[in-house]
Amino acid sequence: MRLIVPLQGVVQGRGGLLMGSLIPCTLFYFLQLYLKRHRSPKPPSAPLSPYPSPSPNLSELPRSASRSNLSSRGSISPARISNRASSIARPNSSLYYVGLDRSLEDPYDRLDNPEGIIQLGLSENTLCLDLIDEWMSENLNSSLSEGDGDEFGLARLATYQPFDGLMELKVAMAGFMSQIVGDRVSFDPSQMVITSGATPAVEMLCFCLADQGNAFLVPTPYYPGFDRDMIWRTGVELIPVHCRSTDNFTPSITALDQAFNQAKKRGIRVRGILICNPSNPVGNILLRETLYSLLDFAREKNIHIISDEIYAGSIHGNEEFVSMAEILGEEDTDKERVHIVYGLSKDLSVSGFRVGCIYSFNENILAASKRLARFCSVSSLTQRLLVSLLSDSRFITRYLETNRRRIREVYDMFVGGLRQLGVKWAEGSAGFYCWVDMSGLIRSYSEKGELELFDKLLNVAKINMTPGSACHCIEPGWFRCCFATLTPEDIPIVMERIRRIADR
Amino acid sequence: MTRTRSYIDRNLDPDEDYRAAASSKTTSSGGGGGSGGAAMRVIVPLQGIVQGRGGLVLGSVIPCALFYFLRLYLKRHRSGPSKTPPPSPSSSSDQLTDVSTGVLQRSLSRAYLSPRGSAAPAHVSSRAASVLKDGDSPYFVGLKRFQEDPYDELANPNGIIQLGYAENKLCLDLVREWALANGRHAILGDELSISWLTTYKPFDGLMKLKLVVAEFMSQITEGSASFDPSQLVLTAGSSTAIEMLTFCLSDPGNAFLVPTPYYPGFDGDVKWRSGVEIIPVPCRSADNFSLSVNALDRAFYQAKKRGVRVRGIILSNPSNPVGTLLKRETLYDLLDFVSEKNIHLVCNEIFAGSSHGDEEFVSVAEAVKSEDCDRSRVHMVYGLSDDMCLTGFNIGVIYSSNNNVLAASKKLSRFTSISTLTQQLLISMLSDASFVQNFIRVNQKRLQKMYGEFVAGLKKLGIKCTKSTGGFCCWADMSGLIRSYNEKGEMELWGKLLNIGKINVTPGSCCQCIEPGWFRFCFSTLSEDDVPVVMERIRKVSESCKSLG
Repeated sequence: MRLIVPLQGVVQGRGGLLMGSLIPCTLFYFLQLYLKRHRSPKPPSAPLSPYPSPSPNLSELPRSASRSNLSSRGSISPARISNRASSIARPNSSLYYVGLDRSLEDPYDRLDNPEGIIQLGLSENTLCLDLIDEWMSENLNSSLSEGDGDEFGLARLATYQPFDGLMELKVAMAGFMSQIVGDRVSFDPSQMVITSGATPAVEMLCFCLADQGNAFLVPTPYYPGFDRDMIWRTGVELIPVHCRSTDNFTPSITALDQAFNQAKKRGIRVRGILICNPSNPVGNILLRETLYSLLDFAREKNIHIISDEIYAGSIHGNEEFVSMAEILGEEDTDKERVHIVYGLSKDLSVSGFRVGCIYSFNENILAASKRLARFCSVSSLTQRLLVSLLSDSRFITRYLETNRRRIREVYDMFVGGLRQLGVKWAEGSAGFYCWVDMSGLIRSYSEKGELELFDKLLNVAKINMTPGSACHCIEPGWFRCCFATLTPEDIPIVMERIRRIADR
Repeated sequence: MTRTRSYIDRNLDPDEDYRAAASSKTTSSGGGGGSGGAAMRVIVPLQGIVQGRGGLVLGSVIPCALFYFLRLYLKRHRSGPSKTPPPSPSSSSDQLTDVSTGVLQRSLSRAYLSPRGSAAPAHVSSRAASVLKDGDSPYFVGLKRFQEDPYDELANPNGIIQLGYAENKLCLDLVREWALANGRHAILGDELSISWLTTYKPFDGLMKLKLVVAEFMSQITEGSASFDPSQLVLTAGSSTAIEMLTFCLSDPGNAFLVPTPYYPGFDGDVKWRSGVEIIPVPCRSADNFSLSVNALDRAFYQAKKRGVRVRGIILSNPSNPVGTLLKRETLYDLLDFVSEKNIHLVCNEIFAGSSHGDEEFVSVAEAVKSEDCDRSRVHMVYGLSDDMCLTGFNIGVIYSSNNNVLAASKKLSRFTSISTLTQQLLISMLSDASFVQNFIRVNQKRLQKMYGEFVAGLKKLGIKCTKSTGGFCCWADMSGLIRSYNEKGEMELWGKLLNIGKINVTPGSCCQCIEPGWFRFCFSTLSEDDVPVVMERIRKVSESCKSLG
């Protein structure tokens, strides 16, 4: 019953026990290494067959290495796309997109298609398009001219421009952002990188702050688009941190801490927190104290904060919006962990122009983003036009006021209608959304019940709302309604359609 | 494993002590060696415990399994490995040292040590760190130097002349004329109101623009290839089009074969965010830098031997920097090669409309048509920046027949969509057939003239160039001027050209050219008056080189 090791007969003597154990282990290790190197990488997900081919089995057959030598001409194996692309290329399964696609097929129109689907799922503001239109028709040509008369400055715009945006636009944008927060903080144009929309801005930050396999904490309910923006290409994970209706969906540090520790236990490195303030979908604003405690939390854990403030200028309530930039003191050493994402699509209703920006206090992140901006630069023509638009301070002031007033009007009408129906909603004071609690209308208090209701709303009542589950909301029965695409005349129709479902 | 376990349970006399001894075998050893008379027999550990006939096998399997699980355990509990090593702190750049300390100082335990006001700097991802590092290549340094001190004939006659950026300024006057003539109509087109432009539109481009771009592309190939607008995806620039294709065709750790010398921007487009490797396939001056399938084949097998999976070939046609065109036969060979290896071909044809020689340009779209090859593996990148003198507008195009690639690219275009305003302007511009025709013709003529002048100027200085017929670049052999025939010598000359000659050119090493002494000159940013100034500056540098050497 003595302990005997292999090869002990071969490796005799005192070292025999040790050597005898080591040698087989080493051999085994090298065998594994050999296998690993010579094995073709296993696709984590089954490759998509590139054609709707009648013989799917054939197209999914793995290509053997010898194959290429066999058929030197016109090989049968189809061209394979990458695993990451196959998962992106798959048809959208999220209900957010199902609803959007359906409502695109059959859009409501008061005159042409009164039975069509009313769109409450798109995050867009069409309340003030008339103002933009008016400005454009007055200033379009002069804003693009070179200033010295009537010459159209297109040729100058056509030449090479820095990818991270014209300095003039950065200055104008910084001014606009300061104006939105009531000039309590001034933004520094040199800390800004212009991108083609807020979407690439979020993605770029994600690239710069985290490596593949790292994670971000995201308080739920969150904007469904983050699941693509943050994950698709970056390979980063989003860890939902659940907020509850009893706290009016504000993030709690305890929940964040819990999620952080759980991730750590799983061996996942958390690189930051992503917050949307004012929140999409809830529409509430984070209090100054909450921002301070978030910053403390980030400091304690040595992680970053990405603050998406794209709705900062669309406040319709009485609450005051506090930007993350505002709570950072002058000599705060933790500035470098705060990154703000902003865009003009929402606050200025120019979503078609695709202009967003990163505002960061971290030199390295700024330097890397400036280089990466080559992948998402804004055409100089659009930049030039926006410089004129944003520099017209009379127009901007008028626009911001009018926009806020109109959003408030539609919001009040919308929640008034909900009140009459006896439907509750979460109190919001910013953004284009009303976060509606329809849990009274669902049959079973679960995600299934919510999806049933979504289906009914879409197919019977013909309204497209975003279900809470698409926003990772933990409580079933919540729906996001974007009201900023509605006209006052549409609201009674929406309410009537909801009532029809409620009565059933 | 479970099977083995149950086997043990059945066969083993259930004495716990032995098991304990077995599991602690690696750390503490029990008795001495049991060599005895069993001189050359193969003995396995635990044979004493697992007796009987299965003993030999089980005794080998159990330690190996234990070892395997130990490794698995270690692997899982190790903190995420950083894929790229932190940038070396020896580098001189300030920025760089910042990054490296950022990577070094951060430790997981740190966060718990100092709950308040931690001194640990905020972390930067390793991919961002490598982006920062790459930015210090001479290509970017030169561009930056130019921006700080740009040449102007009157205002700054001692500034740096830009010959390092492939941009065409020769036909800006035509663009200006057109804009003047069309004015407001240029942006609005036939629409009365602009507000429809400000709302969300499909991210992959307006259908109307795709139609005119497809038309324009077939016009450039002189009608020999036709393009289906539904197979187009429009992006904000051709860089991002290449990046997107890289994403769609390869996973991290895969590789693309790229014939050298290649466009320096490929490094950023392919490597930075996609995590894909570039395998340079060297071409030589002896063959006029033309591509050989043999070299590709060799590189393919070498990569395979290293265990790296090659997903495709990326190349520029007309070539940037050399300016040569791919011959029809070479294209056919390439198509055969990619079919044979079951890989993709990404063809960057952004200079397709800027050929200025008498050679015929053959687009890959045309070659695919006549060859019975699988179209789903051929992807084309195009852009309007270069052929239409619209660098600032950043319009790129992906043309692919692969439905999956198209579907994925259309979704990914949300990260890089073009402003509707710009799209509308381009619709107006490209719909103007007579303007487009005239533009292409005049542009080619002017490129030809400028190329001729530039090459003649270099020839007078004794500098030879490869014969190029496409694009904005002139690929010049200055190996006569370098002191040592290696990369160091080349960089020395580059530094002299930038600091003494005050011209920014791209050294061949940035293009991964294996022969030292080659430089890329982009002549299309110059006006005719600039050419003598540039030549004078080169002469000054070459004289200083010769006097030293």
